[in-house]
Amino acid sequence: MNKLKRYAGLVWIIAGPLIFILLLIAAWYNIDSAGKKDINNPVPWVIIIGIFLPIVIGLVIFGWYALKGEYDHLPEDSTEIE
Amino acid sequence: MGTLIEWYDFYIFGMLAKTISVQFFPEGNDVAALLSTLAIFAAGFIVRPFGALLFGRLGDLIGRKYTFLLTLVLMGSATFLIGLVPGYKTIGVLAPILVLLLRLIQGLALGGEYGGAATYVAEHAPANKRGLYTSWIQTTATLGLFVALGVILLVKSSMSNEAFDAEWGGWRYPFWLSILLVGVSIYIRMKMKESPLFAKLKHEGKTSVNPLKESFSHKANFKMVLLALFGAVMGQGVIWYTGQFYAQNFLETRVMIEFGQSRTILLWAILFATPFFVFFGWLSDKIGRKWIMLIGMLLGVLFYRPIYQSFLDSVDHTKIEFVDLKVTAKPKIEAVPIGTTNGFVRTITTSYASANGWAYTETVRDTVRQQGDAIVAKPITKYTDRQLPKPVFWKFVWLVFIQIFFVTMVYGPVAAFLVELFPTKIRYTSMSLPYHIGNGVFGGLVPFIGLLLTTSFPADPLVGLWYPIIVASLCFVIGALYLNNKIDPNVND
Repeated sequence: MNKLKRYAGLVWIIAGPLIFILLLIAAWYNIDSAGKKDINNPVPWVIIIGIFLPIVIGLVIFGWYALKGEYDHLPEDSTEIE
Repeated sequence: MGTLIEWYDFYIFGMLAKTISVQFFPEGNDVAALLSTLAIFAAGFIVRPFGALLFGRLGDLIGRKYTFLLTLVLMGSATFLIGLVPGYKTIGVLAPILVLLLRLIQGLALGGEYGGAATYVAEHAPANKRGLYTSWIQTTATLGLFVALGVILLVKSSMSNEAFDAEWGGWRYPFWLSILLVGVSIYIRMKMKESPLFAKLKHEGKTSVNPLKESFSHKANFKMVLLALFGAVMGQGVIWYTGQFYAQNFLETRVMIEFGQSRTILLWAILFATPFFVFFGWLSDKIGRKWIMLIGMLLGVLFYRPIYQSFLDSVDHTKIEFVDLKVTAKPKIEAVPIGTTNGFVRTITTSYASANGWAYTETVRDTVRQQGDAIVAKPITKYTDRQLPKPVFWKFVWLVFIQIFFVTMVYGPVAAFLVELFPTKIRYTSMSLPYHIGNGVFGGLVPFIGLLLTTSFPADPLVGLWYPIIVASLCFVIGALYLNNKIDPNVND
């Protein structure tokens, strides 16, 4: 099981940038000054991309921790966290 | 009670969005349009997580009781004041600016409330009943929605549409009501004592000096924040929003059910499903939190498309047997010339009702030549203001109920799960941020990504569901792989 957890870490590391690139492509194709829908408006895209950047970085770090075996054993009380 | 009121305050803005946009963000004004977009997106996506950090830090420094008292005052005052802001017609661009500021305060306060309430209850609960006790906090988001729906329906049904939508009309009453509710809840909260675990830490001088730093720069704790977000709360957020907001929006804009009936369907479904929050909270104390939450996500992944397909099939005119269908009002015909051509667009609007309980408005648009009425383009038919007969109405209540049942599975145990993941001195900060990213960002994006997918792939009316399905699937896999089903017996650490 721990091996699977570690290998899956690679998936999360790759998934992070992939999701971000998909978001950028979607923004590029949908921002349209003539459009009237929310998805044509650049403001939501700027907010969403801005807030997703740290989340995507978080997913990559999560993957990195998984790959390094940090989740092989979860802490059972706070002394393991401190 | 206070958490329920905070949710009520947050929802009435969204539910009255159409009226609010007419009053404060009129079409054709670029500044108002920009402020409107910011009010919708920034309040959920930026301000909620920021509120989680700000008030989480305060809660870990000065205590749970005073922090969530502060969030309640902020939320109640902001809501009441939105109801007092004069419309755009009276004070111009100042109106949308004030509403945006108050909406941001609402988002900030909501970001700070939940973590405090969940932590406070969990720290008072016996170890073997933590899931049960905190599940009452979990009912508040849905009950807040229920109360908001009920109050708006009640006010709307007591007056004409014109009186409701007027500048100082009935739409303001739900905002004004908030001050009364908040007053009662402040009174209750003032009488409450500080969390015993936090009070003990404070007495011993062991509270955190810098909870933000301890939560996010200590690897051992930060990795648990990431696990909470990607292995539980991210999926919970999309299941929550799909089961309640996406369902309501779908019924109104795709299935075209009449306003009152669509809201009543949601009200019944919420009423029947709410006890299951407490049931799954209780069950999680017996068998663990992990698998209840993950199975809730998996059921959403498997059943969303069949459920929504069933909505569409139930109102498919080629499959319905209308008994004694009659026109209920004289058809209205409008004709609009097409530029300088010799044709015009004709719109015929006809209302129908059948003896077996169906009623709807049919709008047929076609292009005809100016001389005579030879149709030169295929007519486009739309059905709106649908009213369902009793059996179909209850079938829809059932289909929405199932979705909220999934919500109760993922949401009922999640507060206890988050509380147990983090130590007392940084609990408020550490659990608030993943919760509000999961709900505010991942959940809040359900309508936006739904619109994005529907626009990109218009042939599939259910394409918007792929976003919650993919996010919930990803979360299910991460949760199944990495989460622990063990219940932490000791949250006093």
